[in-house]
Amino acid sequence: MLALLVAQNIAFYIIAALMVFGALRVVTCKNLMHAALWLVLVLAGVAAQYILLAAEFVAITQVLVYLGAIIVLFLFGIMLTRAKTGTDDNLDNSKGARIGAGVIGLLLAGVMGYSLWDGFGKREFGDLLVQRTAQVSDSIFSTYLLPFEVISVLLLAALIGAIVLARRD
Amino acid sequence: MTPMLASFAPPYWLSTLIKVLVVGAVVPTTALILGVVFLFKIMSWMQSRLGPQEAGPRGLLQLLADGVKFIQKEDIAPAGADLWVFKAAPLVVLASTLLLYVALPASAHLVVDDLDVGVFYVLAISSLSVIGVLMAGWASANKYSLMGALRAAGQLIAYELPMVLAVMGVVIQAGTMSLNGIVFAQNGGAIFGWTGIGNPYILTQFIGFFIFIAAVQAELTQPPFDMPVAESEIVSGYQVEYTGFRFLIFFLAEFATAFVFAGIAAVMFLGGWAVPWLSANSDWYYVLGPAVLFAKVMLVAFIIFWVRFTYPRLREDQLQSFAWKFLIPLALVNIVATAILKVVF
Repeated sequence: MLALLVAQNIAFYIIAALMVFGALRVVTCKNLMHAALWLVLVLAGVAAQYILLAAEFVAITQVLVYLGAIIVLFLFGIMLTRAKTGTDDNLDNSKGARIGAGVIGLLLAGVMGYSLWDGFGKREFGDLLVQRTAQVSDSIFSTYLLPFEVISVLLLAALIGAIVLARRD
Repeated sequence: MTPMLASFAPPYWLSTLIKVLVVGAVVPTTALILGVVFLFKIMSWMQSRLGPQEAGPRGLLQLLADGVKFIQKEDIAPAGADLWVFKAAPLVVLASTLLLYVALPASAHLVVDDLDVGVFYVLAISSLSVIGVLMAGWASANKYSLMGALRAAGQLIAYELPMVLAVMGVVIQAGTMSLNGIVFAQNGGAIFGWTGIGNPYILTQFIGFFIFIAAVQAELTQPPFDMPVAESEIVSGYQVEYTGFRFLIFFLAEFATAFVFAGIAAVMFLGGWAVPWLSANSDWYYVLGPAVLFAKVMLVAFIIFWVRFTYPRLREDQLQSFAWKFLIPLALVNIVATAILKVVF
């Protein structure tokens, strides 16, 4: 068990380093398409971290939704509008906006880090167990049925809203 | 021989190495088999011609010769291309294909990893190839490539949905998403108490099977769904700038994906590696399983390629309305009917 945890920690830090590097490239890249492709690395890293946490179902959902749908939509949108190769010099924001973004990013990281530390810092975790898909579906459709349905209706409303906004006639 | 195989339990690193080597060998082999048998031979016979005759007995080694030819070619990239993305794109498509083989079971134990989320995993991983296609289309710096990639993305997004929905019926009926679990459910099933042939889901999920095969055809961008590579309209779509072994990788990935999807269809609808008269727990399946699965894969692949060689290309609007207005409503009706019957019986 110990050897597995050590291996898991090493894998975590390797993947985390790749994700941080990818995330920095997303915002510093001079080419919109490259930025979107670096985002693929970040999102794939998230899926890999879920697998390390033995949450198979969430990891596969991450791949299906983010990599399979959202990234494809990003790439599709970029290719329909400004699909040129080579660098693009007017992608940077003004200096003030960059400083503001940095401050907000640090603030968010601090708040989330503190809340994680506060909530889980002293907790001992037991053995890792692969979470079976049946457990996930059972808890969604019994304990969390109401929030699940509310979110479904919210997403439906968002879809209908998008169609209404996009239609010109 | 079978008890010996059953007791073979190598250490983790060795089993991982074996699995990697087996998948690495199986992917080109299956692509080669489908290419030779269907693309060269059966297509020729359907069109009343002989097909390749010279290389090897009855021309069966033609594709090997073609492969050697592709590898010899110079590796060319267009002047305006984005080199890194251009070169990485075929590898992304191939990686998606390789990962698909992880979940395909050739018997209860002959599987790289029998994932608890098997079916879901297959659907998620198959959608990754779109990223490779879009990368190829954009990085080629060619308007035909770009149009092909846009068509491919629109088509693959549209047909992913019926595919997911078609599979739902099988998952509801089997009560599991594990591909081996689905095989066991079919092998141990009964039709109104009669256990003669188990319960292959093609009998109850024939609508699902039809939708799944149509969606697979579209995901493979094969005729009649070959708008993204339509050679008479946009030359060859996103593949137009690729030569030599990079084109070969696209070719291999397409046919290996056809094989693995035929395999998934065989597992979900035709009972997979099991035969009805032999319990799925039998040790015989260490030897028999791959052969049975292969036979069923060839059967499903024959349907896929039969359609490919028979129908003319759909127009873009026909393609989209076929998915959104016909396949998806049909799949939804199928899910509702399956769920109701599941609760009633």
